[in-house]
Order: sequence, then structure tokens, then C-alpha cells
Amino acid sequence: MLRVDRISKIYRVGTFGGKELHAVSDISFTIKDGECVSLIGESGSGKTTIGKMVLRLVSISSGVITLDGVDISSLEGGALKAYYRKVQGVFQDPFSSLNPVFKADRIFQIIQEQFYPDIDSQTWQGRVEKTLRDVGLNPEHVLNKFPHQLSGGQLQRFLIARALLLDIKFLVADEIISMLDASTRIDVLNLLAELKQRGLSILFITHDLSLANYISERAVILYRGCIAEMGVTEKIFQQPRHPYTQMLIASVPRLDQKWSSATTASSTVAQIGYQHGCPYLDRCPLAFEKCKKRPDLVEIEPDYHVACWKVSDNHR
Amino acid sequence: MSLQIENLTVHYQTLRGDVHALESSTFNVRDGEIMGLAGESGCGKTTLAHALIALAPPMKFVGGRVLLDGEEMPIWDTEKMNDFRFQKISIIPQYAMNAMNPIRKIGKMVEELLKSKKVNPKSVMADMNMKLDLVKLPHEVLGMYPIELSGGMKQRMVMVISTLLNPSLLIADEITSALDVASQKAVAEMLVMFRDQGCCKSAIVITHDISILYQIADTIMIMYAGQLAEKAATKTIINSPRHPYTKLLISSLPQIGVKYVENQLTGIPGKPPLLLHPPEGCCFRERCPVAFEQCSQVPPFIEIDKDHYVACWREVGSNA
Repeated sequence: MLRVDRISKIYRVGTFGGKELHAVSDISFTIKDGECVSLIGESGSGKTTIGKMVLRLVSISSGVITLDGVDISSLEGGALKAYYRKVQGVFQDPFSSLNPVFKADRIFQIIQEQFYPDIDSQTWQGRVEKTLRDVGLNPEHVLNKFPHQLSGGQLQRFLIARALLLDIKFLVADEIISMLDASTRIDVLNLLAELKQRGLSILFITHDLSLANYISERAVILYRGCIAEMGVTEKIFQQPRHPYTQMLIASVPRLDQKWSSATTASSTVAQIGYQHGCPYLDRCPLAFEKCKKRPDLVEIEPDYHVACWKVSDNHR
Repeated sequence: MSLQIENLTVHYQTLRGDVHALESSTFNVRDGEIMGLAGESGCGKTTLAHALIALAPPMKFVGGRVLLDGEEMPIWDTEKMNDFRFQKISIIPQYAMNAMNPIRKIGKMVEELLKSKKVNPKSVMADMNMKLDLVKLPHEVLGMYPIELSGGMKQRMVMVISTLLNPSLLIADEITSALDVASQKAVAEMLVMFRDQGCCKSAIVITHDISILYQIADTIMIMYAGQLAEKAATKTIINSPRHPYTKLLISSLPQIGVKYVENQLTGIPGKPPLLLHPPEGCCFRERCPVAFEQCSQVPPFIEIDKDHYVACWREVGSNA
């Protein structure tokens, strides 16, 4: 189980790092074994930062992330390597994840050299081919090729195969399908769902709500680095409580109904360094006096949290 | 008819031969029509847009005619096209985030752009302010640098600049794909507003996201591997598509409310053919579930119903 406990990330920005940007503030959630949790938010909501903190690619400003009870920020050397055996990430752009100068299957060799030096290359080759078949690729078609000779969907599955070779327990999938075409997108999504059924936990980062709903059991809606709403995906989608989630779900383009004519609050100039008040204050149609104080994340139903004064006041 | 395209063929020149990116395409866009253009990556939709606005090497004009408001456009001549570009036909580029000069204030940049087109900046100032109001940007943005705006705001600013001279045809190339859902909706609705206000006569909206087109487009054209597959009114394409590719494409879209555990969607098996040496006949033949012998010939793009064009032998047969 992965537990994220009150983590924050503050970036220093501006000339000489004089200003602070709160990319993630005070976020807690857990991902159980074999569960898929979606992190949903607009660009700049801090979703990728959280993924990178789980992967130890950026440091945590405050708070702890634990995997099965072990604090990951203290891991070093061998322990960190053991962590990467269990936790891996796949990112948005498959082309920039690979070195264009080398053949794409070099990533498998590196895995062997680094993690399985005892296995002879014959056995390893067999294992690579089996994993590639598992992710729905034909090894003859994809091995011994350069990244530019493969399509985006193929490369994305290639990178998932790389993660699977390590016998991982946890996958951070950061916008892995937003670059793919509609016709191949659903195949990669189905692959993730299949892996989940075999016991893999997934942190699925996306801005596309319909994809999140398709695959995940629980969802966390982020806005400007704060959790707006968190709970079972179905509940959030059928009856969103937070005004931000309501606006998001209303803006998703659908094939069965047209957009309602209600105007969408368009984003304004980003604010740096604001500390107080609800982060959604300037766009919220329901804002009132109390919203100048930041709302707490309140559990209004078992395992269903909302951070909005309107909702929590009505609840009481 | 605002835009008429006849047999337009555009190839890319490479050392290994020509890539057939766009094969004899014939279609019309009416005045006031927002036409959505959809398809997988590499299907030729961006090639079509770029051929209309700036046909530069390695693109090669092979044949065909383009008429805008009854006047033939010399799209093979980059120099002569200068008279049309920005004034008659304008584009909102794919990466609008990087479309503005980062070291000029936006207002200054627009002024220089207008001067290069020999337009007095003062004469369009009122129009410009009206359009800024339309996209809900404060007038102060003209005194700001592009870096000070968010992605969605830059996108809206570029929309204003592109339509400054009220072009006949506006091409919007993947303008919503880099934005999140809320800004996506705002930008898409503004595009419709621009058409309604007469800032552009008609528009071609290129995207791979069909659900956006369903919201804003009047007609949708589907392309596959450099050829036109189907064109019809938006409702017809979504509710009763006739081309097998369109059918598969629409059924593979995840909808809100669909869950993996309840209803597993399937993709389209196989992948598009390479266009360096395109296969003979219908290019969708290899992946098509209903292909038969006649598909070894190129199917004609014919009107099977009023304003419903399909390129599929199955439909030719059923109609004859």
C-alpha cells in the first residue's frame, strides 16, 4: 500500500528564486494493493509533481510518502534500487523517453545489466519476448528497431513492458495515452486494466475524465495543488459535489449530448504566493464570504472527501 | 460556395520517393460552415491545412484546383499566396503556445505584423478591442509579453490575431488538444462565436478528438491514410456513419460513464499503411472487417445521400 501523507512541494521561482510557488500543498491519500487511483486536474494543478515525488524524481518539501510502511525519502543506494524494482513510471511522450541514437530495445539490456546480472542472455531474451507478447506486441516487429521506426502506441507499450520486466507492484502512469490516437488509445488503456486485474497498483494521472472513469476505482480531483474532491470514481461522476468538479464534468465533450450553454469560467492569470482562501475562489460561481478562509477537506460520507464550505456547511 | 477543392494532390518529397500524403481530394466548404476534419495522426489532415496556407518544400504540389470565393488560389506559388494569406485565408497554428514572438510585447508584434501586410494598425484597433472582449481577454494583454499569459490565454490571443482581418476561411489546427477540458470548452465555443460574429466566413477545424467536433462543427470529414473516407453533417457522422472506418473510430471512443469492468471497448486492430508506397485500392482494406474483392480498386468519393459523401465500395453497391 502506498500512503501519501500531507505532502507539499514548494518551487522557488522568479529572479533569484525570490518567490514561492506552492505546486502541491498538504495532500494525503492512499492507494491500496491492486487498486487504480486517478489524479485528475488541469495543467498546473500539481498532478505530475505528485507522480514525480512518488518516483523520487523531485524532492518533497514537507510530508512523507510510505510504501508498505517504509518512508521512501530516506532510501539510498541498494534500498533505492530495490524500491525501483517495485515502483516504475511511464510518461506522456514516449519519443522523449527513449534515446533516439540507440535502438529501442537497449532499455531492456540496461534493465538486465542493472537488475538481473545473473540471468544469462538466452533466458533474458525469452523473458523479454514473453513480456512483449503480454503487452500485445509482436517481438519480431518491434525488436531491433530505432524509436522513430515504431509508432507512439507501440513505444508506449514498449515502455510498459520495460516496467513489467522488473516485476513491479506499482506503476505511475503520467498522461500515458494523451499523445496516442483514438484507435490505439483504448488498447493501451485496456492493457492497464488487465495488469490491474493481475494485482498491479496504478496511479493514473490524467486530465481526461472519461478515461479516468473508464479505468479507476477511486479518483482525486486536484485544483492548484489542493484536493478539491476525493472518493469513489462513480460517485464523483454521478454526483459531483465540489463546484470545480461540476464545472469540469460539464465541460467534457460528449457524443450523446451537447454542451450546456452555461458559460465556463475561463482561467485567469496564475497567482503566485497566495496562501489564504479557497484556491477556486476567483472562478467559483457560489463563492461567499467564508470562502476567504481555506476550506478543510471534510469526510461527508465514508471514504468521500470534499473541500468546499458550501458542501460541508450543508452537511452539518 | 466559399471553398471548393478539386482533386487536390500533395506529396512529400523524400530521398526514397514520394510520400502520398494527400490523394485527389474533392470537397466543398459552404459559407458559414464549420467543417471538422478528423482522423488518426499521419492521415493527412494537417497536410491538407498546410497545403492551403503555405505549400513549402518538402511538400510538393502534384495537381488539383483550390477556389476560394470563386477565385482560384495559386497555392503552388508561395510568393503569390502572400496576397491571400492572413487577409483571405488564415490559420491558428497547432502550437499557438509558441506562435508569438517571445521578445516583443504582444501589441508591438501585432503592429509589425499589420505593417508588413500594409495595413494601418489604427484602422483595425476598434475591431481588435471588440475581439479581445469576445475572447474575454483584458485589453492590457497588448502591453504584456507572451510569457505572462497562461496556455489558454495565449491560445485565445492567437485566435484574435489570426482573425484580425476577417478572413474568408479560418483553419484551426488542433487548437484544443494541448488544453485542459475547461479551457477546451471555452476556446471551442469562442470559435463558434467568431463565426457567428462574422470574424471569419467559414472554418476548418482539425482535431483528432471527434467529441469536440460533435459540440461545435456543422459537418465532419473523416480522412484515412491520405484519402477522404466520409463527409456528412455532424449528426449523421456520429449517429449513422456509413464508412467502416468511421464506425470503428466512433465505437472506440471512451465515453463518460463507460467503465472497463462493465463494458470493454475495443480499438481498431492493425495500423495505417505506409504512404511511401501506398497499397493499391482502398487504403483501409487491410484493417476493414467488410472488405471484398472490389476493394482492390480505389473507391470513388460519392454522394450517397444529400450532402453525405462516402468512399466505400459497399455503399456504392447498396445504392446502385
